[in-house]
Amino acid sequence: MAQTITQKILARAANRKFVEAGESVWLNVDILLTHDVCGPPTFDIFREKFGPGAKVWDPEKVIILPDHYIFTENEHARRNIDLLRQFAEEHDLPNHHDVGTDRYKGVCHVALAQEGYNLPGTVLFGTDSHTCTSGAFGMFGTGIGNTDAAFILGTGKIWEKVPESMKFIFEGQIPDYLAAKDLILQILGDIGTDGATYRAMEFDGPAVYSMPMEERMTLTNMAIEAGGMSGIIAADSVTEAYVRERTGKPYEIFNSDPDAEYHSIYRYKTEELEPVVAMPHSPDNRATVRSVQDTRITKSYIGSCTGGKLSDFVMAAKILKGNKVSVPTNIVPATVEAAQSLETEQFDGHSIIKILEDAGCTIAPPSCAACLGGPSDTFGRSEDNDLVVSTTNRNFPGRMGSKKAGVCLASPLTAAASAITGRLTDPREFIR
Amino acid sequence: MDTIIQGKAYVLGKNIDTDQIIPAEHLVYSLSDSEEVKMYGKYALSGLPIGEAGLPEGKHPFVKDGQFKSEYSIIIAGPNFGCGSSREHAPFSLKVAGVKAIVAESYARIFYRNCVDGGFVIPYETAEQLNKTVLTGDELKIDIENNTITNLTQGVTYTLKPLGDVYNIVMAGGIFAYARQENLINS
Repeated sequence: MAQTITQKILARAANRKFVEAGESVWLNVDILLTHDVCGPPTFDIFREKFGPGAKVWDPEKVIILPDHYIFTENEHARRNIDLLRQFAEEHDLPNHHDVGTDRYKGVCHVALAQEGYNLPGTVLFGTDSHTCTSGAFGMFGTGIGNTDAAFILGTGKIWEKVPESMKFIFEGQIPDYLAAKDLILQILGDIGTDGATYRAMEFDGPAVYSMPMEERMTLTNMAIEAGGMSGIIAADSVTEAYVRERTGKPYEIFNSDPDAEYHSIYRYKTEELEPVVAMPHSPDNRATVRSVQDTRITKSYIGSCTGGKLSDFVMAAKILKGNKVSVPTNIVPATVEAAQSLETEQFDGHSIIKILEDAGCTIAPPSCAACLGGPSDTFGRSEDNDLVVSTTNRNFPGRMGSKKAGVCLASPLTAAASAITGRLTDPREFIR
Repeated sequence: MDTIIQGKAYVLGKNIDTDQIIPAEHLVYSLSDSEEVKMYGKYALSGLPIGEAGLPEGKHPFVKDGQFKSEYSIIIAGPNFGCGSSREHAPFSLKVAGVKAIVAESYARIFYRNCVDGGFVIPYETAEQLNKTVLTGDELKIDIENNTITNLTQGVTYTLKPLGDVYNIVMAGGIFAYARQENLINS
């Protein structure tokens, strides 16, 4: 029987030939991801439920990437970093990327890709809702809570309901004033924040396959903002080249059958789309940037798992080069690798970091930083009635710190153009 | 487990996300230390804009200043309750504040799983737009055996959707208890 890519991957993990949308199946998990916010409570549940002598099911398959509250004096946040370290030592976990060591990587979803943990055809569960990001590699990735993570930690298994799939096809090519962020915000405006609840969002079409991996990850990252269980893009030669540069581990490429069943199919003519923004306080509150161009902003923020990759900063630099920002503009590379690449990657004869610094941006060390507010000393946290234009993924009330502040989600092109003018600005004003 | 849940209603709108249920700055406390756990009760639903806090009129803080428990034990909400982050701290904080059940039109997946697998609160769905009729403070009674909710203040009974697949996990008290019961893991 015909199956979607998601059904095929879950069937493999369930040791079955076929799984049906809507049935609950027990899966063998390939990778469990956790971080500093949810790792310590997960480990507490693991100890309590499996007992003091319990062993982790497979130490190689547990990836610990502290990233949320790293550069803070908050004693409870710092304690969480220590608790990760203790557990990793106690269980001899080789894939703990500890803070303050040269193994520290930064934001987990980007680090998973860069460190070669993402492999086509595999099943990843993580204690973070944006675990769906890894679906850009033709794999199944989804978020879970601490209890489910503790269950996996002891058994290597978890139940999941096989999702129906929705397909989003982007025809044509992406114009230089659009980014993957505009595409996903377009979808969110069309289907709403519960438009894909309990479903897989499959992205397809020439515009999607013309994107580098980092941009594909921006699409899959925000599947959860539509309530999606996962986002997925089948692996192609671009995926394989990226993976092979980083790991020699085996993988298996799956594709949806042409006659597979979908809950719904959406088609977009990519050239006809325009830069969009999600206005406060919901990721589906879409407006074209042009229609809200008189909106004054107080800050610009370029960072996070969805908007702090090298490709995001290159886009921002193309707009910012030769210009000055007129509002505080905070740059937070997702990972150490992204931060280092700012020094080596060039645009128009200058390093990206030089362009960003010359424009007046402030650059912070890699972590989740103010994407989700965080402790009071978190870099870039919104204050009072701030209105922040941000490349992050959520603009719920109070999300970036202050309960009175608002967040406008936008592409790095729009965030950079707006930083220059101090109002929401269509990047076409700066692209000649 | 008791088959009747009775308590006061706290009424909310749609798309109540996990940042409103427990703002991220509070996620640093231990979920197992009994003193620190109280902080999750104190800050439960503290991210709600004040106008949305306890409908229809709002301005009813879920937990009063200086307290760790709420006077409300049943949450009534619109669609997509619990959207956003995977933080299990969200249903946990509702439990610590004294919530026993939520009745919403629909849920975000991870929040729903966390409620069930962690055994924190029972997430009921209903086809009724209960947040349009129930008022914050109304006395409610949920009958688990018969899948009904009665508004004792207004004298009306509504049907709840059956818990379905997850009924046995809810009744066992979470995924670990269920897995032991079914011999999926060794005790």
